[in-house]
Amino acid sequence: MNKKQKKMLLRILLSAALLGVLLLLPLEGWLRFALFLIPYLIVGYDILIEAFEGIRNGQPFDENFLMAVATVGALALGEYTEGVAVMLLYQTGELFQSYAVGKSRRSIGALMDIRPDSANLLGEDGEIRTVDPDEVEIGSVIVVRPGEKIPIDGVIAKGKSSLDTAALTGESIPREVKEGSEVISGCINLSGLIEIRTTKDFGESTVSKILDLVENATSRKSKSENFISKFARIYTPAVCFGALALFLLPPLAGLLLDREAQWSVWLYRALTFLVISCPCALVISIPLSFFAGIGGASANGILIKGSNFMETLSEVRTVVLDKTGTLTEGNFEVSGVHHSTIEDEKLIEYAAHAEVYSSHPISRSLIRAYGREPEASRVSDVREESGRGVIAKVDGREVAVGSAKLMRALGCEPIDCSHVGTIVHVAIDGSYAGHILIEDLVKDGAQEAIESLRRSGVKKIVMLTGDVRAVAEDVAKRLKLDEVKSELLPADKVGAVEELLAAQPEKEKLAFVGDGINDAPVLARADIGIAMGALGSDAAIEAADVVLMDDEPGKIAKAIRISRKCLRIVKENIWFAIAVKLLCLALGALGLAGMWAAIFADVGVMVIAVLNALRALHVKKL
Amino acid sequence: MKKSFKIEVDCAACALKMEEAAKKTEGVKDASVNFMALKMNVEFEEGADVKSTMEKVLKNCRKVERDCEIEF
Repeated sequence: MNKKQKKMLLRILLSAALLGVLLLLPLEGWLRFALFLIPYLIVGYDILIEAFEGIRNGQPFDENFLMAVATVGALALGEYTEGVAVMLLYQTGELFQSYAVGKSRRSIGALMDIRPDSANLLGEDGEIRTVDPDEVEIGSVIVVRPGEKIPIDGVIAKGKSSLDTAALTGESIPREVKEGSEVISGCINLSGLIEIRTTKDFGESTVSKILDLVENATSRKSKSENFISKFARIYTPAVCFGALALFLLPPLAGLLLDREAQWSVWLYRALTFLVISCPCALVISIPLSFFAGIGGASANGILIKGSNFMETLSEVRTVVLDKTGTLTEGNFEVSGVHHSTIEDEKLIEYAAHAEVYSSHPISRSLIRAYGREPEASRVSDVREESGRGVIAKVDGREVAVGSAKLMRALGCEPIDCSHVGTIVHVAIDGSYAGHILIEDLVKDGAQEAIESLRRSGVKKIVMLTGDVRAVAEDVAKRLKLDEVKSELLPADKVGAVEELLAAQPEKEKLAFVGDGINDAPVLARADIGIAMGALGSDAAIEAADVVLMDDEPGKIAKAIRISRKCLRIVKENIWFAIAVKLLCLALGALGLAGMWAAIFADVGVMVIAVLNALRALHVKKL
Repeated sequence: MKKSFKIEVDCAACALKMEEAAKKTEGVKDASVNFMALKMNVEFEEGADVKSTMEKVLKNCRKVERDCEIEF
């Protein structure tokens, strides 16, 4: 509790104790009034002052004014106990709210406690100085000891260690790093002392970007929040006029019909209305639910850039996935050698040497499969056959590596492969020597991720890819996807998403999931863009609405489930608060509920709604 | 130009009122208050002086919420 809250608590306790004593004393007339005024003023003087200021500044309908009118009215009617008690409970409610919000703000803050406080700058003289991370220039060398957070993005210049990335990704397995590895800020250095050459300013580093994003996320307001703001603006004046009508109309009607006017009965009921007129429960609990949901998600490596995106995410029924980097690893691997006339290893060795000068992903995968660095000295007379492959002399033998067309051009008949993937044929000295199958492997967990998406209520899962049809359909079949669109150029992907957008029912939303590289326009065009494996990729963090820090496909469904839970809580709070208030208004008008019930409707509902909102924070097991 | 300021305010409804008040201030193009992060993001109109505009914003906010605070 802060100083202000402690002071308030003291006032509440003092006032409550005084009220208790006064209730036991047999008091009469003016003395009774004067004595009850003491606890009333102790607990409520600031409300009276604010109410007065409100009127002076032309803000008549604020909750201070309403509470002031209701309690002063109760005192005027001789309901001293109620007047004091209502003020007392109202202030207790406010105190609880301020305490609960402060506490949740801190606990969400702690969840996101990745901000480094300092950096250890290594001077040229070899001395280490502790400085503010803001002061470290690009290209400086910083030292990170075991147990410390990496403050700034960079490359390891010396040492090796393992890093705990859990605060950023929710992933518990440490990452091994050594000299030359790129490291990002926010990770915790677990084992060895490392020296890092910084590649970015602190402000541009991953940790600053993430914090900035999460802190500003709730500024983008959702439809629910806008609804509540509007509702609050109408509700309070409406209830106030209702109170006025309740005070005036029935007694006047009574007078016209020659019956007793019962002014005091109706005044009391009207005052009850005023107590229920504060929309606090709604105004506080809805943003709090979103804030807690966004905080909980970010602790799991899912950054949601705004409350509005949280809302949209919960309405997603169609998920469109990019293939490469999302469902598949995105790096090609040799998965088989078939029909070879020589040893498989020898075939790969020749192919790798022929491709020694190429940087194409396929060539790289051949070299990786060879396992060693090919020796350029064994290769001569390299000829690139544009779009078909390459022909080169390796150890004096003519090796041709490439497509079926290339084989035919050389006069030998290639053998087709029964597997789906990229096929690289090899001919040696003009005769066919076999082919190598290269595949983009489906990610571990992709299968489960798709099933989990379906369980989360996603109706349609579509895959887009620039890859050839056979490969695309093979992946789609293995993962049991509903639809696949292949051989798309980057620009076609936007068109494909637009078609899907047009085809879906109005209330449903479409999410596009990509790796953030080359698909920024699609991420922007979809109702919600999700970038995967964004750790360290600025472009992806920039373009997407939801950012998954690691590349685990299971996180997509998790993000959707978190948003569903958050929105369910928001709706519960909206309906619960409105229903209780309306019920109390009705009972109050009929005289069935007095001021006691009214203040419980106000404060009690708020307490329950705040506690419910905090549930949105717990999403670890979703 | 956009800038973010730390604020102090007790209740969410009051934060909404501060937002309204800030929006109506001369020299402010748009403003949003984030009650959870206790931050006010202000987008200034071109040529507006940050310091004097923020003084006006604080004055307007104090009118609707007496004990609020903005650090600038």
